[in-house]
Amino acid sequence: MTDTDFLLLVRGPLFDAATFILCAGIVVRILAILLMGRKKNLAEPRGSAVTGGFGTMLRRSLPDAGTFHRSGFTVIAGYVFHIGLFVVIFLFVPHILVFERAIGLSWSGLPSNIVDATTVVTIIALVAVLIHRFTDPVKRMLSTFHDYLVWVVTILPLVTGYLAFHRIGMSGPAMLAIHILSVELLMVLLPFTKLSHAFTLWMARWYNGAVAGYKGVRS
Amino acid sequence: MNKPVTVADALRLGGVTRRGFLKYCSAIASLMALPPASVSVIAAALEKARRPSVIWLSFQECTGCTESLTRSHAATVEDLIFNAISLDYHHTLQAASGDAAEAAREAAMHDNYGNYLLVVDGSIPTGNPGYSTIAGISNKDMLLEVAAGAAAIVSVGSCAAFGGIPHADPNPTGAVSVADLIKDKPIINVPGCPPIPAVITGVLVQYLTFGLPQLDHLGRPVAFYGQSIHDRCYRRPFYDKGLFAESFDDEGAKKGWCLYKVGCKGPTTYNACATTKWNNGTSFPIEAGHPCLGCSEPDFWDAGSFYKALSTPTGSIGATAVYAAGAGLLAGAALGAVQRSRKNAAIRKHEKIGIDDLTQES
Repeated sequence: MTDTDFLLLVRGPLFDAATFILCAGIVVRILAILLMGRKKNLAEPRGSAVTGGFGTMLRRSLPDAGTFHRSGFTVIAGYVFHIGLFVVIFLFVPHILVFERAIGLSWSGLPSNIVDATTVVTIIALVAVLIHRFTDPVKRMLSTFHDYLVWVVTILPLVTGYLAFHRIGMSGPAMLAIHILSVELLMVLLPFTKLSHAFTLWMARWYNGAVAGYKGVRS
Repeated sequence: MNKPVTVADALRLGGVTRRGFLKYCSAIASLMALPPASVSVIAAALEKARRPSVIWLSFQECTGCTESLTRSHAATVEDLIFNAISLDYHHTLQAASGDAAEAAREAAMHDNYGNYLLVVDGSIPTGNPGYSTIAGISNKDMLLEVAAGAAAIVSVGSCAAFGGIPHADPNPTGAVSVADLIKDKPIINVPGCPPIPAVITGVLVQYLTFGLPQLDHLGRPVAFYGQSIHDRCYRRPFYDKGLFAESFDDEGAKKGWCLYKVGCKGPTTYNACATTKWNNGTSFPIEAGHPCLGCSEPDFWDAGSFYKALSTPTGSIGATAVYAAGAGLLAGAALGAVQRSRKNAAIRKHEKIGIDDLTQES
C-alpha cells in the first residue's frame, strides 16, 4: 500500500465508518440514559427542578473559589487544554472544511501560526495533567486504565497533527493519514469511554441541579 | 571527427564557454542546496567524467517527459549537458529506426556492459505483452534485458517511477513501475508529470559527479525532492494568515491567495517546482492560479478529486451521519425497551412483604 492509498483509505471508508460509529454511538448512549424508565412523579415539588437544573449547568461551568483554592492546577490545566482543543478542532481552516463537508456550515478560522502555538500549549497542558495524575496520590489511586487510554487518544491527534503540519519525520501523505487515523480512533472511542462527557456533560449537570432544585419528596 | 571522450570535451565542442559551464555548475549546486565551494568540485568532476553511455527506453508513456527535457525552451546548457552524455539509444530522438536502431542499442549494451546508465520513461504493462512493444519485443522483456547490464537506472517521470497514468484505476494493461520489476539495480526515481527539465539533468549531473544520490523512501533524490511544494510556495503566507481562494474566479483567486480550499496538494507533494519553476524559471502551476495536482507522488491520478481540499473526507459524510443517527435511534429504542422490560420483570418478581410476614413466628 502506498502512502497515497493509505491517505485515501483513511479519508474514505475509514472516515465513513468512524463517523457512523460516532453518531450512532452518541444517539444510543443518550437514549440509554433517557429511556432508563423513571417512574412518573405525582408529588408537588416545593422548588423548581428546571430552575435548579439550568442554574447548576451555569454554576458548574464557572470555577468556584473553593475548588480553585483546593485544586488550582487541575482547574487551570483543565481550562487550558479544553479551550486549546476547541481552538485546534474548530478554528483551524482545514478542520473547518471537514465540518463544512459534513454539516454544510462554515465559519472563519484563525491564522495557522496561532493554531500551531495553541496546539503546543494544549499538548503541554495535557502532559502536565498526566504528570499530575501520576504524582498526586489521590488522583493516582482513583485512576484506571480507562483514564490513561482516554488521555492517549486525546493527545494523539494533537501530536500527529503537529507533526503533519510541520512535515516532521515521514512523508506528507503518510503523516497526514496517520493524523486522520488518530482522529478516527478518537471518534470511535468517544461515545463508549469517559470522553462521552462531551455530550453527557450538560445532561448530567442539569440532572444534579434538578435534583437539588426540586426540594421535595417524590411519589 | 573523434568522439569526445569526457563531458568537458563534449561541452567545448558544443560551443559552451568556460563561463557558461561554471554558471551551470553553480545553478546545479544551488538546486541541490550545496555550498558555493562545491561548484568547483562539480566542475572538476564533470570535466573529468567520461561520457557515460546512456540507453533511454520509452514504454507506456506520452513522450511528455522527453518533451519536457528537449522542447521546454530554447537550447540551454542543460541540453548540451544532455548532449555531453552518449545517448546511444532513444527511439523518439534518434534518426535510426527499425533494425538499425535496435542494433545501436545492442552495440551500446555490448560495448559498455555493466557501466551504462539506463533511463526509462513510461510504465511497463504486465498484462498482455502485446499491449506495448518495440521492434516486436515486449516492454517487460526489453527492460529486463537492458537492465541486466546497467550500472544504474533512472526512472524519469511518474509512469516509470510509480506506474503513473497507465497504472491508474482500473489499470487495464497491468502497468507497473520499473522498481516493481527490477530489484537488483540501483534505481533513481525522478517523478513528475513531467519532471522539471533542470531536475532531470540535475540528477544526471549529480550521478556523474557524486555517484548515486541520497534517495528518500520513494527512491527520489533528496536534493530535488526533499521539500514539499507547500513549504516553499510563495502563497504560503496566505495559508498561514487564513486567506484562501474559495473558487477560481472569486476575489481571493484574483488576489493570489492560497489554493488549499480548491484542492491544492502542495502540503503532501515533494518536488522542486516552487523553487526551480518551469519554462526557463518563469513560473509553476500555482503561480498560474491552479492548485498543485501532486504529480510527483505515487497514484496522484487516483488520490481523490484534484479539486477537493486535502483534509476533507472523500465520502458523503453528512448522509453517513444521518443514517448513523437513524440506526442509533432504532438501536437505542430497542435497548431502552429491553431495559424497561427487564425492570418490569424484576418488579413483578419482587415479593412484597406484608405485616403478616413480619409478625410470623419462625
